Amino acid sequence: MRIVLVGQPNSGKSTIFNQVAGYKAVTSNFPGTTVKYLKGKVNFVGEIFEIVDLPGTYSLTSLDLAELVSRNYLLKGEADVVINVVDASILSRSLELTIQLLEFGIPLVLCLNFMDEAARKGLNIDSSKLSSILGVPVVECIAVKGIGINKLFLTALKMGKVKKKGREILYSKDVEDVIEELETKVLTLSSKLKVPARFLAIKLLENDDEFISAVKDEELIAEVKILQDRLSKRHGKPSYLVISAERHASALNIFEEAVKVGVAKVLLRDKIDSLLMHKHLGYVFLFIFLYGFFNIVFTFGKYLEEPLISFFEDFLIPEVSFLPINTLFKQVLKGLLEGLAGGIGIVLPYLVPFLIGLAVVEDMGYLPRIAFLMDTFLHRVGLHGKSVVPLILGYGCNVPAIMSTRILESERDRFLTATLSTFIPCAARTTIIFGLVAFYIGPNAALLIYLLNILVVAALGKLLSKVTPEAIPIGMVMEVPPYQIPSIKVVLSKTWLRIKDFVVVAWPLLILGSIVLSLLEYYSLNNLLNLFVSPLTKVLDLPQPVGVTLIFGVLRKELALVMLMQALETTNVLTVMSKTQILTFTLFTLFYVPCIATIAALERELGIKKTFFVTILTLIVATFIAFTSKEIVTLLQIFS
Amino acid sequence: MVSLDKAPLGVKVKVVDILGGKGIIQRLNELGIFPGTCVTVLQSGILRGPLLVSVGGRNVALSRGVAKKIIVEVYK
Repeated sequence: MRIVLVGQPNSGKSTIFNQVAGYKAVTSNFPGTTVKYLKGKVNFVGEIFEIVDLPGTYSLTSLDLAELVSRNYLLKGEADVVINVVDASILSRSLELTIQLLEFGIPLVLCLNFMDEAARKGLNIDSSKLSSILGVPVVECIAVKGIGINKLFLTALKMGKVKKKGREILYSKDVEDVIEELETKVLTLSSKLKVPARFLAIKLLENDDEFISAVKDEELIAEVKILQDRLSKRHGKPSYLVISAERHASALNIFEEAVKVGVAKVLLRDKIDSLLMHKHLGYVFLFIFLYGFFNIVFTFGKYLEEPLISFFEDFLIPEVSFLPINTLFKQVLKGLLEGLAGGIGIVLPYLVPFLIGLAVVEDMGYLPRIAFLMDTFLHRVGLHGKSVVPLILGYGCNVPAIMSTRILESERDRFLTATLSTFIPCAARTTIIFGLVAFYIGPNAALLIYLLNILVVAALGKLLSKVTPEAIPIGMVMEVPPYQIPSIKVVLSKTWLRIKDFVVVAWPLLILGSIVLSLLEYYSLNNLLNLFVSPLTKVLDLPQPVGVTLIFGVLRKELALVMLMQALETTNVLTVMSKTQILTFTLFTLFYVPCIATIAALERELGIKKTFFVTILTLIVATFIAFTSKEIVTLLQIFS
Repeated sequence: MVSLDKAPLGVKVKVVDILGGKGIIQRLNELGIFPGTCVTVLQSGILRGPLLVSVGGRNVALSRGVAKKIIVEVYK
């Protein structure tokens, strides 16, 4: 049995998925968090079934890549039953997707999520009436709280077994006549494509690009055209608009039959929102917010880092020095301990508070507000507000950031945004900025690095948008969902999911890297690598031993930091590097070649050629920025 | 009749027409903005920034370029 979750963006599909499959899908309070489908095997009330979480889609007409994923999955016909997750507080609009799913003729369960939100809006939904109108079971849910989930899946399992289809929602008489006429003509094609004839007929009348191009028969194309023209002549607008207007009307009728609209409560959050989105004050709050966020994370991190580092210095490292000098075993052990210590002492103290903070911000729903406020500036650098979502996700990790560019409509926007995302300091690079610049130079210097980074990204955006051909810009059309109080459980699960990636993937790599460096040192091979990078370290006026850390940093950015301490044989970097050098090193690692995982993600989304271009670009930018900052700092004698 | 970016703040206006291609019309349609619906402009960003529009009980951010294509009727 395969149960598939389908719904409009931000309707809570991933939340439901996580409730039954364990926390696997990252959820947030903004549209487009899920861009590829996720599968989970579930053992639920003694039944084993598969559950698939599809990216949000407003309709079965696909406009962006994430929506296309959903539609293609449904067209494959592998779903036994579909759970249509609906945000009950915007029921009328959501029903338009439901109507299309009914046309698709698949066993369906309607899940009314956000029932609490609907009640706040004064919507009194009669779900049994709704169920009888649509001919499908309707289950009320509050997914975040786990309310209604059991009943939802019991119902879905039952529907998957009986395979009962819902009712067809009929269009007006004249439109229905045209649909029926076309239906009889597409029977062969529909069985070839394995979609219901009625669904196919409607899609062809809507002039759906993909289905139209699936029609190879010239005669049929001509007939589709005639029928489209008949519709548009009679209604005075293009046929696709005739169909969508009909759907709006049907959705509204169903809504009016099944829902009593009462008085909506005026909520505090609406008042807060008018402040946070205010055209002047909004920016003030945004700045205060970012400043506060940054300082809280740094304070927590520093508070944790200092005792942890001194613990390792005082206890672990001296233990090793009792061992006979310069044996291979000692070198390996030293590398192992340094890798371990680097993970616990330097990376985790900043990573954990940062990721918790990020999760809270995501779930609150502040990100789409930031997108709104930043849209006008992004316009100036050739992008639009929706690109802010990948860019902000980039602060967590560049990989999901690059993947989320799929929510953008044009290929150009995807390329620009993915390229710029790789320049965003991810959590790994944040630990470097915090662990080096904030720790040794001061938190405000670190804040300046973030500002500089934004300026560089903006300048690059401007430059790149000049050289890439302008596509027809659709411009930003983005839903701004209401604020939610983040659930502690979800925030912690999400943080854990992301930390697990560090513990499982990055940490072993850090330890391995440290051991490899120890071995290189033992056989004096590190000097060879350092020599190889020495032209670069010389230009940037960095100590030659850091060369090797820059090479390893490509594997994982944290490695550059952990290995730096090891290569310089100290945990107090300031004894061997000047503040200028620390700044140069941080700036270089911030901008240069993204880590391997990011390169792989870029390759998947953009192809090998563009990935190569991006990699070279980062190298040039990093060298330029690091060199310039070094020159300026030396010239102005800032640190002396 | 004016384009949505010229509509007064906080006043319900009725969408009369949407200019532009199929892509933009469909996207707006899906979010509930189509001829016949009422929308309210809640905020208008500085420096020709985007508009925040309330439609069907949900807020939607529209860049100014998009808003220019939405023709609305303002009731006096």
